[in-house]
Amino acid sequence: MPDGSVVALSPETVLGEMKKNGVSHVVWLPDSETNWLYLLMKAEPSLTLVGVSREGHACSIAAGIAVGGRTPMILIQNTGMMESGDSIRGWLMGLNIPVVLMVGYRGWTRHGVNADTAATFTERFLMAFNLSYYLVESDADAPRISVAFQEAARTRKPVVVLVGDEYHGFNR
Amino acid sequence: MMHIADVLKAFQPHRGDAIVVPGRGGRHWINLSDNQMLDAPVGDPAMGGHAGFAFGLALAQPGRKVVLFDSEGDILMSLGMLVSIAEQAPTNFYHFLLDNECYATTGGQPVPNAQNVAYDVIARGAGYPRAHAFTELAPFASALPEILDRPGPVFVALKVHAEIENAPITQRRRWNPRSRDKVAHDLHETLAKG
Repeated sequence: MPDGSVVALSPETVLGEMKKNGVSHVVWLPDSETNWLYLLMKAEPSLTLVGVSREGHACSIAAGIAVGGRTPMILIQNTGMMESGDSIRGWLMGLNIPVVLMVGYRGWTRHGVNADTAATFTERFLMAFNLSYYLVESDADAPRISVAFQEAARTRKPVVVLVGDEYHGFNR
Repeated sequence: MMHIADVLKAFQPHRGDAIVVPGRGGRHWINLSDNQMLDAPVGDPAMGGHAGFAFGLALAQPGRKVVLFDSEGDILMSLGMLVSIAEQAPTNFYHFLLDNECYATTGGQPVPNAQNVAYDVIARGAGYPRAHAFTELAPFASALPEILDRPGPVFVALKVHAEIENAPITQRRRWNPRSRDKVAHDLHETLAKG
């Protein structure tokens, strides 16, 4: 594991992955990791940012965007992902929506000892929903984001990218 | 109070090439629609999401009208959706609300504060530039052409009679021959053809 204070997941890298994979709409709710990414996304003319006030809303919106022929991405935190369970089931899995959910991994410590139940239950939640997921901690892991997009397109299912970089890249 | 079927009959001549998300009016719309490949009768994938789904369609297809027949039980689960819609303000989005004041598919239990909620006021407060409310068919039918001729987003609250179902779900008549994922697939393919 690289030293997180030196090597991190930069918002520029994440934005590059979005553009490479043709994302047209980012349906999102801000969390503690995403402010710098927000500023970059806002300045990117190829992206439409669709703000929601509760994460479950992002699922039906993304489903409509995808059925309408564009490419959504959902950007939320793990707490909101867990809140969204029934919408993930019904609107994303039930309609076979190929979409990537980029999920801030609040509480992630890498060593299994954490003080945040948001982290404790994140991967258990994903396994319970049988959702495929990839962990991204630094720029070196960024190609996994494209892997997630490819898998979503191939399987016509939601695929999750867990962002295990709470205090570095997205905040610079 | 209006009957849902009458509301949809009044709308049908004005449909044009709009995408229609019939929501809980689907069982009636399926017999009225002249273009089922542009309909999205997805049933109830997860309650509260019809507005988001139709909103997403409107964002993805800005050149085509999207007409949603939402319900008050659904929108009460996702009132925050109204501010997201109002912020993006898709001009092709037409949001009708079928308000029967109850959860009809679970036996007709009242929604909270059923008779005292002004959904058009809530929509306007959320930022919709236009909102209307109708309790009778004639004024609604009369206003409908202008509502649809002007740019959206617009919110139209309609008081309708409840069509209460009490039969166990497994004993209810299946009105939609297509599964919801087939509906989504068909609409996607139709829109891809232009």
